[in-house]
Amino acid sequence: MVKSVKGKPIITLQDITFSYEIEPGWNETVLQGMNMEIEQGSFVAILGHNGSGKSTLAKLMNGLLLPHDGVVTVNGNDTSEQERLYEIRRTVGMVFQNPDNQIVGTSVEEDVAFGLENLGVEPTEMRNRIDEALRAVHMEAYAKQEPHRLSGGQKQRIAIAGVIAMRPSVIVLDEATAMLDPQGRREVCSLIKRLNRDEGITVVTITHFPEEALDADRVIVMQRGSVYLDGPPREIFSRTEELQSIGLDVPHAVRLRHHLVRDGVELPPILHQEELVEELCKLLLKT
Amino acid sequence: MNFLQNFAIGQYVPRDSFVHRLDPRSKLLFLLFFTLLVFWANNWFSYGLLLCFLFMVTAASRIPGVYLLRGLKPVWFMLVITVILHLLITKGGAVYVQWGWFSIEQAGVQQAIYMAFRLGALVTMGALLTLTTTPMDLTDGLERLLAPLKRFNVPVHELALMLSIAMRFIPTLLEETDKIIKAQKARGVDFETGPLIQRAKHMIPIVIPLFVGAFRRAEELALAMEARGYRGGEGRTRLRQLHLSWRDTLLAGIAILLGVLMGWWRE
Ligand SMILES: Nc1ncnc2c1ncn2[C@@H]1O[C@H](COP(=O)(O)OP(=O)(O)O)[C@@H](O)[C@H]1O
Ligand SMILES: [Mg+2]
Repeated sequence: MVKSVKGKPIITLQDITFSYEIEPGWNETVLQGMNMEIEQGSFVAILGHNGSGKSTLAKLMNGLLLPHDGVVTVNGNDTSEQERLYEIRRTVGMVFQNPDNQIVGTSVEEDVAFGLENLGVEPTEMRNRIDEALRAVHMEAYAKQEPHRLSGGQKQRIAIAGVIAMRPSVIVLDEATAMLDPQGRREVCSLIKRLNRDEGITVVTITHFPEEALDADRVIVMQRGSVYLDGPPREIFSRTEELQSIGLDVPHAVRLRHHLVRDGVELPPILHQEELVEELCKLLLKT
Repeated sequence: MNFLQNFAIGQYVPRDSFVHRLDPRSKLLFLLFFTLLVFWANNWFSYGLLLCFLFMVTAASRIPGVYLLRGLKPVWFMLVITVILHLLITKGGAVYVQWGWFSIEQAGVQQAIYMAFRLGALVTMGALLTLTTTPMDLTDGLERLLAPLKRFNVPVHELALMLSIAMRFIPTLLEETDKIIKAQKARGVDFETGPLIQRAKHMIPIVIPLFVGAFRRAEELALAMEARGYRGGEGRTRLRQLHLSWRDTLLAGIAILLGVLMGWWRE
């Protein structure tokens, strides 16, 4: 089920150190000696509790923040090179947590146009790209709508449309589902999965919900500004106790299996609910 | 959701009319020209001409008169004061009413009517502009008309963007205000009764979270804009293009005609 991780690295972080200046002369180090490579076409989920530096990491990936030490490259371009910055921001699109605070346009299509206008795309070409992007997120019927009339999930899909209209290679989502209801969360999750699978867009999604990491190729767990665990979800979530010890949750099925195994039921490692059901049925037939 | 579902930014009334389809730049320029004409007019003929024209534009815009009257509402008070002041202060001509030192004379009546007309005509024309033009078209038109001022370092693009972002966030902030008010009411804060000072004090727990929220929003929005490659007006293209059409040429013709007639009929 797990896709093989393919392609060459598109984002690389080497020995990154980053700190925020709280007051002159007083810095709070958030990331320390971090190394990471994001492969082209992969679907990466980043977990970690509040304050572990996830958002900071995301902002380093498209040059919104620059590392104090170390190098971040996107497609081989160093994010600290000012003249490459806009190329980098086009390559790495970003979706933020609060749907209301990232919509600039007074209508859906104008918001999708915002990034294209910044790039200097011609109006006719812009028209095509907007229509295409809105179709991709299934929002073409809302082109003229005012954003405040949309649901949270729809707003996030518009934000994603605004990013994919710029034809990025990577989309970074910083807790883009955190403020949504379950319906909106499902919409956004299935959309980013589809973009990764069908369009080959690299997805880096930062999330609080372990369920959202199940379909990723790779899960990275952050703890106190460095990479704590890194691997395919099956491997990461099998370390249930380790995750729980740093205050992270695991998917429901994984937790249930963990409790069952502890109580003496023999079960192989599983990831999805369906797998657990299947294994339990097998067990039932055997006895 | 709530009342905001039906909230519209600005007071645009969608209709398919000649006036609606004019380019916002033409409408803005015409409003300016009309303002000049209104102050240039100085006799019954010229005022009558402008009044006729105003009726014609209203008819052509297919905007129901009620909307225009509603537009006059905020200036009613000023209108009445102007009329009263002119009636009392301006002297000259035949005396209509005399009561001690108090008199109403012909010049006063005339001036009162002229001034009331000026004010009313300008407000009506302005209302017609905002009723027939979407706020976005208005900011676009303004940005393009003022573009030459960029040479004198006037931040035209930034001002226009500011205006459109403000419009984008009006419903969001209203919604937030509504939420905060409800939250405070749930805690037993009474906004409706009590002395004025008491009520004003109760506004503080609404205003402060609103401001804090607005600053947080602004910060996040700035970051999101940067992430989408915003770097000022330089080298930026626009989705919405403004096009002049035969209608705008016609409007220019009408403007010239109006100007010539005025020049002829005024004293
Ligand atoms: N703009 C900022 N100024 C100062 N400190 C910050 C700023 N942003 C984040 N921090 C601090 O950096 C740490 C990591 O924050 P962040 O990257 O947002 O973590 P996460 O997204 O995982 O919650 C936190 O301790 C936070 O307080
Ligand atoms: Mg965060």
